[in-house]
Amino acid sequence: MAYEIDGKSFESDEEGYLIDLSAWNEQLADLIAKDEEIDMTDEHWEVVNFLREYYNEYQIAPAVRVLVKAIKKKFGKDKGSNKYLYELFPYGPAKQACKIAGLPKPTGCV
Amino acid sequence: MIHTVNKSPFERNSLDSCIRLSEKGSPILLLEDGVYAATSGTNVSDKVSDAAKDHPMYVMGPDLEARGIASDKIMDGITVVDYGGFVDLVVEHGAVNSWL
Amino acid sequence: MSEVEFDTAGVVKNFMYVNRKAPYGTIYALEVLEAVLISAAFEQNAAIVFVDDGVYQIKKDQDTTAINMKNFSPTYGIIEMEKEDAEEDEDMDMVWRIIVEKESMEARGLTPDDFKVEVEVLSSDELAKVMAEQEVVISG
Repeated sequence: MAYEIDGKSFESDEEGYLIDLSAWNEQLADLIAKDEEIDMTDEHWEVVNFLREYYNEYQIAPAVRVLVKAIKKKFGKDKGSNKYLYELFPYGPAKQACKIAGLPKPTGCV
Repeated sequence: MIHTVNKSPFERNSLDSCIRLSEKGSPILLLEDGVYAATSGTNVSDKVSDAAKDHPMYVMGPDLEARGIASDKIMDGITVVDYGGFVDLVVEHGAVNSWL
Repeated sequence: MSEVEFDTAGVVKNFMYVNRKAPYGTIYALEVLEAVLISAAFEQNAAIVFVDDGVYQIKKDQDTTAINMKNFSPTYGIIEMEKEDAEEDEDMDMVWRIIVEKESMEARGLTPDDFKVEVEVLSSDELAKVMAEQEVVISG
């Protein structure tokens, strides 16, 4: 599988996770989000950008509990809940948000 | 807590670390390649008999047999157990700390 | 008919993770690290211990580019973050410790400055006492 932008091809695995992390850009994120039937809002970007920063620092994606806690710490109490994250990413925050962020599929996560 | 050592003392430092970091009185069970430490007349025998003063020491019988080590080659103060005996020790002493 | 309840909230155990192998040469270090991260997900008490060659796992400046393996040393930063979070959050009872055995560190010519994360340095005797208090020990 691959994503196409302006004739340029970005390879992904059969579930749509980007193969080359460094190939990611915001345009590509929008395209992956579209496939996931998500309209990217500022709130979506907050989570996606957070995931990329976290991955950059620790070299793995966070577990959902860690994600919830970190989002709460960074963006306030209202946003620090499973419910909030599932509203943004109905098929699982770790799974969908990681895909949009261009990260590998989280192991053993929602 | 019971400590287990499954590596040969001639190849690895697992037994040394186990002895260094286990509290006096807590049992040590030698199994798999760890059973070589229980044989008499080796260059670790002194170390093992010293440890046996501070810890109840056990060795796994089936692992001895598998390696052709006769029971008269086992150092004094080390008790031979079978798998059932291992289970009994775990039940009695709780957490298992494996020195790999 | 009585209702069956599965109440697991509040079950917190003392877990100790004993790292005794250098990274990359064998899979032990990475396997233990993954187990530690699972521990974080369940908010358990954890003492992460580095003994023998395990102290090399948290050495600064690891660069695996040329051996074509993933450098997992940045992931130990999560342990430090969890520890700080647990200390800050008054609602959380979780206690995390990162411990290096003094004898192992010194035998390898290392000092606390050589490590990527802030550690407690304990002597063998001190560590043996902490170890004896654990309910579950996971080694590698």
